Amino acid sequence: MSKIGVFVCHCGENISATVDCAKVAETASKYDGVAFSVDYKYMCSDPGQSLIKSAIAEKGLTGVVVAACSPRMHEPTFRKACAEAGLNPYMCEMANLREHCSWVHEKGEATTEKATDLVRILVEKVKYNQSLNEIRVPVTKTALVIGGGIAGIQASLDIANTGHKVILIEKDPSIGGHMSQLSETFPTLDCSQCILTPRMVEVAQHPNITLYTYAELESLEGFIGNFKAKIRRKSKSLDEKLCTGCGLCTTKCPTKKIPSEFNEGLGNRPAIYVPFPQAVPNKPVIDRIHCTYYTKGKCRICEKVCPTQAIRFDQEDQIVEVEVGALVIATGFNIKQTDFFPEYGYGKYPDVITGLQFERLASASGPTLGEIRRPSDGKIPEKIVFLACAGSRDPAKGIPYCSKICCMYIAKHAMLYQHKVHSGKSYVFYMDIRAGGKMYEEFVRRAIEDDGVNYIRGRVSKIYEKNGKLIVNGADTLLGAMPIEIEADMVVLATAGIANDGAEELAQKLHISYDPYRFFAEAHPKLKPVETNTAGIFLAGACQAPRDIPESVSMASGAAVKVACLFSQDELTREPIIAVVNRQAPPAYSSCVGCFLCVSACPYQAIEKEEIRNRNGELIKSIAKVNPGLCQGCGTCVAFCRTKSIDIQGYTHEQMYTEVLALLNEY
Amino acid sequence: MAEFEPKIVAFVCNWCTYAGADLTGTSRIKYASNVRILRFPCTGRIDYMLLLKAFDEGADGIIVSGCHPNDCHYTSGNFHARRRWIMFRSLCDFTGIDTRRIKFSWVSAAEGAKWADIVNTTVASIRELGPYTEYKIVANNPVKEVSHG
Repeated sequence: MSKIGVFVCHCGENISATVDCAKVAETASKYDGVAFSVDYKYMCSDPGQSLIKSAIAEKGLTGVVVAACSPRMHEPTFRKACAEAGLNPYMCEMANLREHCSWVHEKGEATTEKATDLVRILVEKVKYNQSLNEIRVPVTKTALVIGGGIAGIQASLDIANTGHKVILIEKDPSIGGHMSQLSETFPTLDCSQCILTPRMVEVAQHPNITLYTYAELESLEGFIGNFKAKIRRKSKSLDEKLCTGCGLCTTKCPTKKIPSEFNEGLGNRPAIYVPFPQAVPNKPVIDRIHCTYYTKGKCRICEKVCPTQAIRFDQEDQIVEVEVGALVIATGFNIKQTDFFPEYGYGKYPDVITGLQFERLASASGPTLGEIRRPSDGKIPEKIVFLACAGSRDPAKGIPYCSKICCMYIAKHAMLYQHKVHSGKSYVFYMDIRAGGKMYEEFVRRAIEDDGVNYIRGRVSKIYEKNGKLIVNGADTLLGAMPIEIEADMVVLATAGIANDGAEELAQKLHISYDPYRFFAEAHPKLKPVETNTAGIFLAGACQAPRDIPESVSMASGAAVKVACLFSQDELTREPIIAVVNRQAPPAYSSCVGCFLCVSACPYQAIEKEEIRNRNGELIKSIAKVNPGLCQGCGTCVAFCRTKSIDIQGYTHEQMYTEVLALLNEY
Repeated sequence: MAEFEPKIVAFVCNWCTYAGADLTGTSRIKYASNVRILRFPCTGRIDYMLLLKAFDEGADGIIVSGCHPNDCHYTSGNFHARRRWIMFRSLCDFTGIDTRRIKFSWVSAAEGAKWADIVNTTVASIRELGPYTEYKIVANNPVKEVSHG
């Protein structure tokens, strides 16, 4: 006979404001098999948990239903409490009264009735719960970090410094990411390269870090502690061991007019190139799409001039297989290009540029060596207009969110411009100034008050060219939407930060969720900001949402600590939510008839053939067998099984049918 | 007479739709209270016999929802669920089970508003269809109740 305890939580007023918790507890006390039922203000608090523990001890409870928040939130909390009181943790279930009931319905009888139903479903289910034991699996203490921007660099260094091995892969020829493109950084105006490049070198030299640049994740299998990753090392057409990085090939390459990705198209690079002088590794790759040898079949000048014969035209992509215990995803972000904006000329005016292009103009390593010169004719602009929120906070453009970094970098851009062009005039059109952060507001005030940047609160409706000038039509909403027209020499659009190309494909390879904007989804917006829904995979930096450098670095260190925690154990425990094939006494052995439909259903190749033989070694029967190390507990096999011989622990036939019955047959 | 309040059972996966419904709650988006959510590890686990059982026990409408195609936490469970649904739907049509009463959808963990919308539209459409009394006739007592005229 079951003795079930029902514990109804008020969650402060989160549940009790719309649900009559006392009534729910009272109704539950009348259900068959319920030995104890109570409501309490905060069930997850220490006294709340003690209430559960003492009831288990005093009443000898065989099952517990906690009616509180989502099990995705506190199921581990309550299962742990049960275990501490000596009850198998898998005898505890949660009814979701908060997210699925009190928060989404108005106060009233129907809401309380629903809450009662939800409790009843779980009371009936828990009667069929079985004591389960956690599965122990070993941990491979190597981390895979994807993305070599500042977030990936920080995460790699932090993990490596705890003494664990790290494999860092970067899709571009060099690590550094967007941060290496920046001129100076807010709010301190220290040079981006100067603070970043030493870390890049540290990554390359760290004994615990294996760096694969020009490499991408091909596939990922496995689970926390035991992932198997395939990495595609794209061919660099180069023997990296022989190459000394002298750079002779890059100077002799005849194909020189390829827009440089690093300079955001404002400068050119050859077909064999190092993205920028401080690149790590400082060795070139051949861009096969533009190389004359690959497109026309002849040239090979680089091969001729190379003093160490390091060029390999026949080199192929290489697939490297690695075993890792955890992953940190730090693939960063991208920005909308100017051609996304018809009102600002569809990208056809060369002097309407993006914020990242302005960074390259202002950078000492940029195409103008740090002088602010406009792309069309190289003249120093006398009037420059910055537009905040180009695309961001604009639902009509499909980007309703704030890109977060623009307010700050625009203030920085305007400041840098004023420092470099003393006679120049700069204007900033903004919606709101969002300068939340340490010393951020002060920084913006400095741009306005000390450097004389003209901030105009309003939007720009149109930009067009007239007599060599860019006419910016806007409005000043602080002066009653007074129309404003500025004849500018250059316009900088703070275009929206967006998810990287291929973010969805990567998320699918990793089995992690992403939001409607294709940014990767964290497991909990507040309490699990660096975790994903997939255990063992963590997030860092702007692949999760637009982030500035301090935030990316903090996230990366946070993710690194999560990885280090994981690696601090030799064995992990996994939830025993896995499929099992029933076994019976001879002569049946199992109700499984050996059709092996389940094998074709299983996405993890976790189901094997088991041969049952008699003492003479003669085959009696072949049945399915689940490998508990590989099974992830999706239960697809269960729905496939013709004879209902395979079942999934925690979601068994009995449990699920009972839930349906309990739901619809009222007491 | 009070308005007919349909009983809706939702069979959802843990990783996308259950989490999406959690987000509906976290976002405080209100929706009709007629739905009762049953949590499955994956839509691939959902045995469609459970749907028939739910109708048998008096459900007026059913929602099945999981991760969007390609986003399944277990790679391909939702594809199995979809294929099975296509077969099951034909079977229902063939046997006279009203497929308008089953809503099959994808709701991701980020689509809290979509979940509220699906529940509301399903409740509204089932309310229009009325209580599902025909199922009992079809399933339990076909000879006596169905006229051959």
